[in-house]
Amino acid sequence: MEGSKGAKLTAKTIKWISPLFQAAAFLLALSFTTLILLAVGAPPGQAYLNILKGAFGNTNSIANVLVVWAPLLLTTVGVLITFSAGLWNIGVEGQVTLGAIFTTWVLRLLQESALPPWLIILLAMLAGMLGGALWAALAGALKTFGGVNEIFGGLGLNFVATALTLWLIFGPWKRPGTGSMSGTLPFPETLWLPTLSGLRLSPWALGLALLAVVVVYLMLRGTRFGLRLKAVGKNMRAAYLLGVPTWQHMMASFLLCGLLAGLAGALQVTAVYHRLIPSISSGYGFLGLLVAMLVNYQAVWAVPVALFFAALNIGSIQLPIVLRLDSSLAGVLQGLLVLSVLLVEGARQQIMKRLRLSDESAPVEERP
Amino acid sequence: MRKNIFRLALLLMAFAMLLTACKPAATETTTGSGTAATEAAATEAAATESAATEAQPEEFVFGMLLVGPYNDRGWSQAHYEAGLYVEENLPGARMIYLDRVNPADRPGTTPAQLAEELVAQGARLIIFNSDDMKDSSTEFAQAHPDIFVIMASGDQVWAEGNAYIPMDNMVNIMGRMEYGKMIAGCAAALTTQTGQIGYLGPLINDETRRLAASAYLGARYCWSEYLGNDPAALQFKVTWIGFWFNIPGVTADPTQVADDFFNTGYDVVISGIDTTEALTEASRLRAAGEQVWAIPYDFIGACEGADAVCLGVPYFNWGPAYLATIQSAINGTWTSSFQWNGPDWADINNLDTSAVGFVPGPALSPDASALLNQFIGELAGGLNLWTGPLNLQDGTPYLADGEIATDQQIWYLPQLLEGMQGQSVSGE
Repeated sequence: MEGSKGAKLTAKTIKWISPLFQAAAFLLALSFTTLILLAVGAPPGQAYLNILKGAFGNTNSIANVLVVWAPLLLTTVGVLITFSAGLWNIGVEGQVTLGAIFTTWVLRLLQESALPPWLIILLAMLAGMLGGALWAALAGALKTFGGVNEIFGGLGLNFVATALTLWLIFGPWKRPGTGSMSGTLPFPETLWLPTLSGLRLSPWALGLALLAVVVVYLMLRGTRFGLRLKAVGKNMRAAYLLGVPTWQHMMASFLLCGLLAGLAGALQVTAVYHRLIPSISSGYGFLGLLVAMLVNYQAVWAVPVALFFAALNIGSIQLPIVLRLDSSLAGVLQGLLVLSVLLVEGARQQIMKRLRLSDESAPVEERP
Repeated sequence: MRKNIFRLALLLMAFAMLLTACKPAATETTTGSGTAATEAAATEAAATESAATEAQPEEFVFGMLLVGPYNDRGWSQAHYEAGLYVEENLPGARMIYLDRVNPADRPGTTPAQLAEELVAQGARLIIFNSDDMKDSSTEFAQAHPDIFVIMASGDQVWAEGNAYIPMDNMVNIMGRMEYGKMIAGCAAALTTQTGQIGYLGPLINDETRRLAASAYLGARYCWSEYLGNDPAALQFKVTWIGFWFNIPGVTADPTQVADDFFNTGYDVVISGIDTTEALTEASRLRAAGEQVWAIPYDFIGACEGADAVCLGVPYFNWGPAYLATIQSAINGTWTSSFQWNGPDWADINNLDTSAVGFVPGPALSPDASALLNQFIGELAGGLNLWTGPLNLQDGTPYLADGEIATDQQIWYLPQLLEGMQGQSVSGE
C-alpha cells in the first residue's frame, strides 16, 4: 500500500497488512465479476442481492448452504494437512469418491442384515474413511516409493475413481432392470443420517465437519506431529537431517487427508444423496483445494471461506431463476477469487521484498 | 497508516457483511459505509424491491429443470424452447427455469431441492427432464402432492411399465424417437458408399438400445428394399462412449470414436450423444477431401454450420405435449398418464402437432431425399419395422414371424438386434 511505503515495518503492521491484501483480492474479484455482469447487461447489485437471498434468505436455504459446507470443510482441512507437508494432494477428489464407494458398499452389504441402523451407518462411514485413506495411500505410495509426482498420481487416480463409479453404477450395482444415471437404488430411509426436521441438514454431518476443523487446527498448531509435518513441507532435506522421518510424515499426511476426504464422501452418501451417483464427489475435492489456497493454508480461515463458497453455490441458484442469468457466474466468481488472491499475493511479496530492502532491521514475515 | 487502517476497517466490514449477512435487509441498512461495492448493493437492493414482480391473478408459473445448459444445441435446448413455446401459446403461462441441474455443476444439491427453489418462486408445476432426475422427481412428487410434475423420458406412472409407482400429480412424457432414428438410419443407408454405418452411442440403457436398434431397422429396410442390396452386406456398428457427452479420461473420446469410424470405412456416423463431435469430425475430414457424412441428434437446429456433411437431424419437439399437459393442469382436467407421443404423420415437422421430427440436411442428395420421403410416407401409412421375425443380438428370438412388438417390448429392449455389431449390455 502506498501509505505504508517507507514506514517502519513492525510485526504489528505486518499483522494488519496481510488481511488487507486478502480483502483487496476479494474486492478485485468482486469488481472483475461486476465488470463481467455489466458487460452482459445484467444488474450487478441485483445479482449479488439474489445470491445473498438465495443463500441466507430463510432457514431452508441456510440449511442447504450448510449441507454443502460440511463436506467442503472436510476436504479443505484435509488438504491443509497435505499442504503442510508440502504436498499437492490433487487426488483428494478421488479420495472423496472412494469414500462414497466404500460407504455404499458396506450399506449394500448390511442393509438386509439384522444390525441396528445406527450401527450400519456407523460402520459404513468408517468404511468410507478407510476407503478414502486407502486411495490416498495409493497416491502416497506412488509418490514416496514410485517417484510419481503426487499431482500426476492424484489426477490419474481421480480418473480411475470416476470410471470405477460409473462402472459400478452401470454394472455390478445397477438398479433392477437397467443402469441409470440416477445412480444405484436409493437406500431405505432408516439408513439415512438423521436430519433436522423439515430440512436437509444433518446435524451429525455438521458436527463431524466442525470437529475435524478443530482437530486439524490443534494438530497443525500445537503438536509435535504438526510441527514436523511443517518442517517436512518447508525443507524436506533439512528436516531429514534433523532426524524427522520424512516419508513417514508425508505418508501420514496423505492418510489423514484421505480419512477426512473419505468421510466427506461418506456424508455425501449417507446424508445427501442416499445412494451412489456418478458425480458423487460434487467437486468438493477441487473446491477444497481452492479454499485451502485462498485461506493461505490456515485452518481457522477455512471456516468462513468455505462457508462463503458454499453460499455462492446455493445462492447462485437464484440467478437463472430470477434474472435469467447464466448460472456459471458463481464459478466465474470463485475462479476470479482464486486468481486475484494469487495475483495480490504475488504483489504482496514484491512489496514486502522492497520494504525489507528499505528497512533491513524489520522482522519479515514468512509464508507458512 | 491511520488512513490505511481506516480503509482496512471498511474493507473488512464489507467483506464480513458479504460473508455473514443473514438477511438481505442487512445490506440495505449499511449504505453509509462508503465502499463502492456496498453502495451498489444497497442501490440495487432498492431497485429489486420495486422491480419485484406482482403475480397476475391468471398467471400460471411453471418451472423447468434442465440437465445441461439451456443453450446446448441438444437435449436441454429442445426442452427450453418447448418452454418458450408454451409461454407463447398459453396466455398467462410463465416459465422459470434452472439449467445445469446435475451434481457436477451444482455440488451438494438434488433436483428435488432445486425444484423446491422453483416452487418458492411461484412455480405450480415442475418439469424434470433427464433420466438422472428420475428418483428425485418421484421423491419430489410424493412430497408435494399439490404441485404438478412432468417427468419427461421417465416411466414411473406407466401402469404397464416395469417401474410403476402410482402418483396422481405426475405425468410422464416421451417422444417416439424410434421413428426419428429409423428415418436417420434410412438416410444413412441411402447415402453410404461403403455399406458401413457407425452409431456413436452414449451409455447403454433401455432407451439408448432401442434407439440404436431403430436406426438399424431403418437402415436395413432402406438398404435392402430401396437399394436392392443384401441385408447381410450392411455393416452397422455401435460404439458406446460411456456417457451422454465427453468426460476426458472417463468416457471414450467421441471425436476419436468418430474418427475411428471414418478411418475404418464407416462413411456415415449417426450420433446418439448430446454433443456434435460426429458432425464436427465429419466436416473436418470433408474439408480434407473425404466422402463422409454425419447425422446429429436431439435439436432441430443441430445441422447448422455443417452443410457439407449433415444428412439431417431427428429431433424432439416437446412443445405441443408440454402445452397440452400444462393446459390440463390449469383447466383442472389433469390426469396422471404416461404419454409416448409419435410424429404427426400428416407433417412430421409441424411444430404444433408433431412430437418428433426429422429435418433433412443439405448434404442429402436429391435421389436419397426422394427415397427418404417415400420411406416417411410408408411409415405414415403404417409400415412397422418392429415386426418379426427379429432376433436379439445373441440369436435369442425376440419377435416371431409377423409378431408386432408391444410398447413394453420396445421400451425395455434387452439387447441390440441380430445383425448389429457392438456391445449390448454394460459392465459385464
